[in-house]
Amino acid sequence: MSVTDLSSLVRRADVCAAAVADCFSGDGEILANPIGTIPMIGGRLARATWEPDLMMTDGEAGLIANPQASVPADQRVTETHNPYRRMFDVVWSGRRHVMMGATQVDRFGNQNIAGLGGAPERPRTQLLGFRGAPGNTINDTTSYWVPSHGPRVFVEAVDIVTGIGYDRAGALGDDGGRFHEIRRVVSNLAVLDFETPNHSMRLRSVHPGVTVDEVVEATGFSLVIPAEVAVTRVPSAAELKLLDDIIDPAGTRFREVPDNS
Amino acid sequence: MTANGDENFPQPADKRITADEVVARLEPGMTIGIGGWGSRRKPMALVRAILRSDLTDLHLVTYGGPEVGMLCAAGKVAHLTFAFVAPDVGPAAVLEPHFRAARQSGAITCTELDEGMLLLGLQAAAWRVPFLPTRVGLGSDLKLVNAGLETVRSPYPGPDGGPGEELIAQPAVHLDAALCHLNVGDSRGNAAFTGPDLYFDDLMLEASAQGFVSVERVVETEDLVGAAGDVTRLRVNRMFVDGVVEAPNGAHPTSCDPDYVRDEAFQKAYLATAKDPEQWESFRSDWLSFPDEADYQAALAARPQEGQN
Repeated sequence: MSVTDLSSLVRRADVCAAAVADCFSGDGEILANPIGTIPMIGGRLARATWEPDLMMTDGEAGLIANPQASVPADQRVTETHNPYRRMFDVVWSGRRHVMMGATQVDRFGNQNIAGLGGAPERPRTQLLGFRGAPGNTINDTTSYWVPSHGPRVFVEAVDIVTGIGYDRAGALGDDGGRFHEIRRVVSNLAVLDFETPNHSMRLRSVHPGVTVDEVVEATGFSLVIPAEVAVTRVPSAAELKLLDDIIDPAGTRFREVPDNS
Repeated sequence: MTANGDENFPQPADKRITADEVVARLEPGMTIGIGGWGSRRKPMALVRAILRSDLTDLHLVTYGGPEVGMLCAAGKVAHLTFAFVAPDVGPAAVLEPHFRAARQSGAITCTELDEGMLLLGLQAAAWRVPFLPTRVGLGSDLKLVNAGLETVRSPYPGPDGGPGEELIAQPAVHLDAALCHLNVGDSRGNAAFTGPDLYFDDLMLEASAQGFVSVERVVETEDLVGAAGDVTRLRVNRMFVDGVVEAPNGAHPTSCDPDYVRDEAFQKAYLATAKDPEQWESFRSDWLSFPDEADYQAALAARPQEGQN
């Protein structure tokens, strides 16, 4: 009953934003690089609360200090010039935690954003490409954001591995995989992590109003389910005020994750 | 200008040429690097010159935007080296339908890589070394879509004093020609970017046997720093440039900060033509078949609503 009670008090997008913010906990003075609407809002929330030293992008060629998730170009407070080429210096130095999207993700955190079906050299559905996923995952902490948790995203095996998961990193040995960490997957239903003996994906918490069964049903492989599954924390009053008044006053987060999702 | 004005000494090269003269220096089967990034500062005037030529069988190397889709749809591309192709990458990222159709139908073959590996491949070519080592790519499925990608073992001790680390050996990506669009240049091939990002334009030119630059405006060399804003923006130099094309609005429909933003309406109209071959043919005939760039720009300017910004 307490779950139901909570769900009537908080909005799902706010829970997701706080869950994203928690992914960056302890990161200190690195580039927090959440990609997507709620990731960007959650990253800004982390910086506005417990991780004040994080650096964040404007989505172009600058790292900016503004607290808002979306800032018009003429209002940006730029800390440093960070053009695309410079980003590799940051990524390859290990000073970044990226939160990417995933068209597919499997139990070990392998990600696919390149193509679906067919053969690797001729996919049935061509997607974006490998982009920076191999380099991100081999060099830095990575998390994923899935705005629509379903069995076609959380799959038994991804069609092609763009971002590498724990099994692939482990096969590289202690040296090759030593900078690899998939910290969390945050979805519209739950928070998942890899804090299990073989790094198989675990249900870390369900969002208020979501049942464990719903998450299990929406996942295309067997999750590790702890005996007691926590409920994702509700943002504090101070966090909600930051989200509403400063970080995302336009409420873009509610469009990405509606309350009935 | 020569130092003494003596006509017995050779004059400095004036490299100003037309877009069609650039294309005349390209050949079927060539590997062509295209500057810019996504749908930003793409050398579209030069791409349009390729589109109206009979050049085919190209191997494109690019941080891909709409130029990939247009050239694929027009049957100009045999092979594509890419890390992504997107009309833009951001919160509203969409995919490039003409590129997708070409890949899915098998009309083109591809070499896929991580975007940082492409940087290393261009850098290796520019530095005339066969490869550069990187951790990037290890453990991924890139080898399934990147024929011949090999690893190399470091000859130095590993992090704990053990055997050397195994790394990806990103091979040099040699270009036969590079096409870039910058904000301002001079007649000799020096050029500057005045927007937020040079992207990889200088590396494309340095990795290439021939370099061609189109610019929004050509100024006298002594006016370059002033036109660029400051000396740190003069990042393309004439040792790596064989031809300069003055092409105002030459990145259209992609953005060319700070001169103009992307023409979203035009790009959207172009992307929508992937749904139906007839629509593509009519778009191609309406917009990509002018005898030269000036006619294209005149037709743009004559559109009923101003859509250029």
